[in-house]
Amino acid sequence: MSTTASRDRSRPTIVLVGHGMVGQRFLEALAERGLTATHRVVVLCEEPRPAYDRVRLTSYFSGKTPAELSLTDERFLAEHGIELHLGDPAETVDRAARTVTARSGLAVRYDTLVLATGSYPFVPPVPHKDAEGCFVYRTIEDLLAIEEYAARRAKTGAVVGGGLLGLEAAGALKGLGLATHIVEFAPRLMPVQVDDGGGAALLRTIEEMGLTVHTGTGTQEVVTGADGAVTGMRLSDGSELATDLIVFSAGVRPRDQLARDCGLAVGERGGITVDAQCRTVTDPRVFAVGECAQAVDGRVYGLVAPGYEQAETVAATLAEDAAAFTGADLSTKLKLLGVDVASFGDAHGTAEGCLDVVYADSRAGLYKKLVVARDGTLLGGVLVGDAEAYGTLRALTGSVPPLAPEQLVLPAGAGAPARLGPSALPDDAVICSCHNVTKGTIRGAVTAHACTSVPEVKKCTKAGTGCGSCVKVLGQLVDEELAASGIEVDKGLCGCFAQTREELYEIVLALRITSYRQLLDGYGREGARGTDGCETCKPAVGSVLASLAPAIGAEGHVLDGEQAALQDTNDHFLANLQKNGSYSVVPRVPGGEITPEKLIVIGEIARDFGLYTKLTGGQRIDMFGARVEQLPLIWTRLVDAGFESGHAYGKSLRTVKSCVGQTWCRYGVQDSVRMAIDLELRYRGLRSPHKLKSAVSGCARECAEAQSKDFGVIATAGGWNLYVGGNGGATPRHADLLAQDLSDAELIRLIDRFLMFYIRTADRLERTSVWLERIPGGLDHVRDVVVEDSLGICAELEALMAAHVAHYRDEWAETIKDPGKLARFVSFVNAPDTPDPVVGFVAERDQIKPDLPLLSLGLRPAARSPKPLADALEGSTQR
Amino acid sequence: MTLALESTDLKVQLRLSDAWFTVCGLNDLTPGRGVAALLPDGRQVAVFRDRAGRLYGIDNRDPFSGAAVLSRGLTGTHQGRPFVASPLLKQRFDLETGDCLDDPAVSVPAYRVRTRAA
Ligand code: SRM
Ligand SMILES: Cc1cc2nc3c(=O)[nH]c(=O)nc-3n(C[C@H](O)[C@H](O)[C@H](O)COP(=O)(O)OP(=O)(O)OC[C@H]3O[C@@H](n4cnc5c(N)ncnc54)[C@H](O)[C@@H]3O)c2cc1C
Ligand code: SF4
Ligand code: FES
Repeated sequence: MSTTASRDRSRPTIVLVGHGMVGQRFLEALAERGLTATHRVVVLCEEPRPAYDRVRLTSYFSGKTPAELSLTDERFLAEHGIELHLGDPAETVDRAARTVTARSGLAVRYDTLVLATGSYPFVPPVPHKDAEGCFVYRTIEDLLAIEEYAARRAKTGAVVGGGLLGLEAAGALKGLGLATHIVEFAPRLMPVQVDDGGGAALLRTIEEMGLTVHTGTGTQEVVTGADGAVTGMRLSDGSELATDLIVFSAGVRPRDQLARDCGLAVGERGGITVDAQCRTVTDPRVFAVGECAQAVDGRVYGLVAPGYEQAETVAATLAEDAAAFTGADLSTKLKLLGVDVASFGDAHGTAEGCLDVVYADSRAGLYKKLVVARDGTLLGGVLVGDAEAYGTLRALTGSVPPLAPEQLVLPAGAGAPARLGPSALPDDAVICSCHNVTKGTIRGAVTAHACTSVPEVKKCTKAGTGCGSCVKVLGQLVDEELAASGIEVDKGLCGCFAQTREELYEIVLALRITSYRQLLDGYGREGARGTDGCETCKPAVGSVLASLAPAIGAEGHVLDGEQAALQDTNDHFLANLQKNGSYSVVPRVPGGEITPEKLIVIGEIARDFGLYTKLTGGQRIDMFGARVEQLPLIWTRLVDAGFESGHAYGKSLRTVKSCVGQTWCRYGVQDSVRMAIDLELRYRGLRSPHKLKSAVSGCARECAEAQSKDFGVIATAGGWNLYVGGNGGATPRHADLLAQDLSDAELIRLIDRFLMFYIRTADRLERTSVWLERIPGGLDHVRDVVVEDSLGICAELEALMAAHVAHYRDEWAETIKDPGKLARFVSFVNAPDTPDPVVGFVAERDQIKPDLPLLSLGLRPAARSPKPLADALEGSTQR
Repeated sequence: MTLALESTDLKVQLRLSDAWFTVCGLNDLTPGRGVAALLPDGRQVAVFRDRAGRLYGIDNRDPFSGAAVLSRGLTGTHQGRPFVASPLLKQRFDLETGDCLDDPAVSVPAYRVRTRAA
């Protein structure tokens, strides 16, 4: 793609070299300041794709597509007339002639040149470092190459470098199913960000995940086999580590060669030297931003937030506004291999006379250190294992916190009840450091700009749209501000209940309320008590009662007692209503595995009742066109043949799809079919806020599409990876990785907890995908709750699931045994043997389809009636 | 108990143009749910009982889809009015008047209902 604007070429030209994260931000800043309208803007981009989110690079391995990682689109470029040349790097700069020449030969004359060429990964000069099987970790192309090689010929992988990126790369290799080693020269992991204590906590947690860590060890040589490909590496202690693949992640170096070649000054350790306006010290027409620049404070920043600030500074300077970049905070919060790691401010305590407050629990993998000045000012800190307080602490850095420091690091429940809310922060505290948004700006978005939700505030202020680490604090602030402005957001379920579904769930569970009426009359809105409720809360409460039935002693069958009146028609008839009033029947086919005998039974039933049959998208068979009075007869035959209800009608578990897996597939690494069947049988019948879908794939090729499911499982060499929050449907969402390399038991325990936590806290008709996006703290919070048990409720969640599993009964089998329930399955109460005459069918492609013209008649001509009406009617006429 | 005996024997009747027509026993109706009944002229009626014991009858045909399914909808109270929501596309109908609450241009016939000892 190359966009050539038909713009007046006589305008001053800005040439940007490098379309990475900072380059893109620079373009946005130009557009925001109107400079794209007054300038010709030309971008030379080395990579084959426009700017993408490098910070989230690794999320490619948990399902993000390159397109999803993109930071720009053609519309933005076209709208602002930006000319982007993909795959065409700048090769030379002639500063005298003011031209840049690209590889393709394209030469562009500039009035202003902005260099945003980023960094390159440093590869230590060891022998055979370029052998086949050696990689770096910087671009999407790198990841594609690693993935391809790992699938084709690697079982073991090693990462050279135990820093931030090294750990991220190691996590990725592990996710690809490789036995993974980390080789770090320094005596601890993440030597730049954390101190010895933090490194120890991190080491323990990472080793527990099954990674092998070699600290204090250098790499001396890459060992290759006869074909020249990697077979191992020789370490500084003389030993040899066998490995099929190596990723070098030993730091980055500024890409300043282009600048050096044209005579621009660079720093001693690299980096194009610039002043406070990010203008090169050598040439006033040339600027440098991002990782390729050495800022005025002498530092080269390897983080995106300072780069963004530099980009804004240059755009402002070009617009002749005053702006300066004099240095930035190196705070970072990361989630590495599922471990929270954060460091902020003076993390290593280098300030004169400063003191440390440390809390460490290496058993739990926790380490928290705060650096405090003698007068109590918070200077910085390191958090490993629990970075919950990061957002608040970072914003408090430089001030004296309103609580004693030790109270800020103690875990919840350990004595001090001291969680510092964002209300304690001053208005000028920076909440989002990626976009430099203060608490005051966020409050203003709510008060002055009338934003009433986090997504609105994000859009309005940009806060939370960078690395995402501030979103939690953001949510708390928005809620607080809404409450303070007295904005009454009616979160009630419907006109009958002022509570949310979650609150009703808690009431039902805590007070053991087993009936809808009791709940409505006792806890409904004033005017709704004693009424008949409505079509919104009845099924929602019905679902809560059904989810909790075994635990609270409510009736177990959805058609028992009062429950029957709460169910949507589909649940009421245990089948799906079709457009002409007929029903479809979907027996459960766990994991999609079915015997020929059972296939034959389905075929016979469909033939005998004249049903339309179709394979569903959920790996089972749907039979359509059953009249209500035929349902029990169809179920009887299905139940006799060993089938049960597939709950296609319920807000409950639908299918657990599976691929063929290890048993047959040459790539499979686990028995995905068995696992899918186990999961489907475990969770069948579980009523939930919305339907639940799942799938199990036998390897990372993902033939079962597990990442589009509410909970999806993908086999690895070491066990199972669990993904949650996926969705197909109208708003597809790729699932997020919740935990890796789980054993069977660990997997099931985690799904038990996850589902029960979802059932407990989701809104009505809220799929897990929407829920995960909505709840404060998102995936991190859910992981804290269900993996770390941060709320201490996991035992209860597991017990609730155990009760569900123990009390499961097939709803069809129970119904056909119970004459009371069966009585409902008639078209007419006064003519039980007469079928509904409006339900008729015509032929299509050798099967039936609804007779739609019949529906428009409204009244079937008596002549076509199967029996004379008077005979059929049990009722009588009285005068 | 006499009370129970009596209610078992109560019949639900619907007023047709010329007569009261018995459709079912009171005990065939679950509070909050409906049943469908066939009328002598081939029309269908949806009969409901609310939690206070009041009875309602409206035409069973959902005018939006043409299917005879209103008896299978969920009932409720909206601003004091009893209603049923069609199970197909969820439009609500006033159980006393047959008026559609979501589309003033649409309504279905409504019937008077009473109980009588058999
Ligand atoms: C039968 C089937 C289509 C088919 O012929 O393949 C089907 C049929 C219906 N789907 Fe579906 N869906 C079917 C697979 C899917 C899939 C594919 C899958 O499960 O792998 C999806 C996308 C995946 C997902 O859900 O994330 C899917 C996404 C939906 C949605 C949108 C959900 C969303 O979150 O956006 C709805 C609407 C809803 O539930 O609110 C829906 C609703 C429906 C309903 C229940 C609509 C309705 O209320 O009448 C249809 C009922 C048909 C019936 O009467 O039996 N169906 N539906 C599939 C049954 C699978 C099964 O064996 O149970
Ligand atoms: C895996 C990973 C995880 C990270 N995680 C974080 C994190 O959590 N937090 C954080 O703050 N930072 C993180 N970073 C760092 C962050 O990605 C960088 O700070 C940021 O991308 C720097 O932006 P940039 O535009 O300066 O450089 P880049 O994004 O690297 O962009 C530079 C672009 O210039 C191109 N280029 C180079 N030379 C030329 C040329 N001659 N002609 C044309 N184009 C050229 C390059 O191909 C590249 O596309 C991470 C980096 C990686 C690799
Ligand atoms: S996901 Fe893997 S194991 Fe399953 S069928 Fe596809 S390639 Fe085979
Ligand atoms: S701090 Fe990164 S998005 Fe706000």
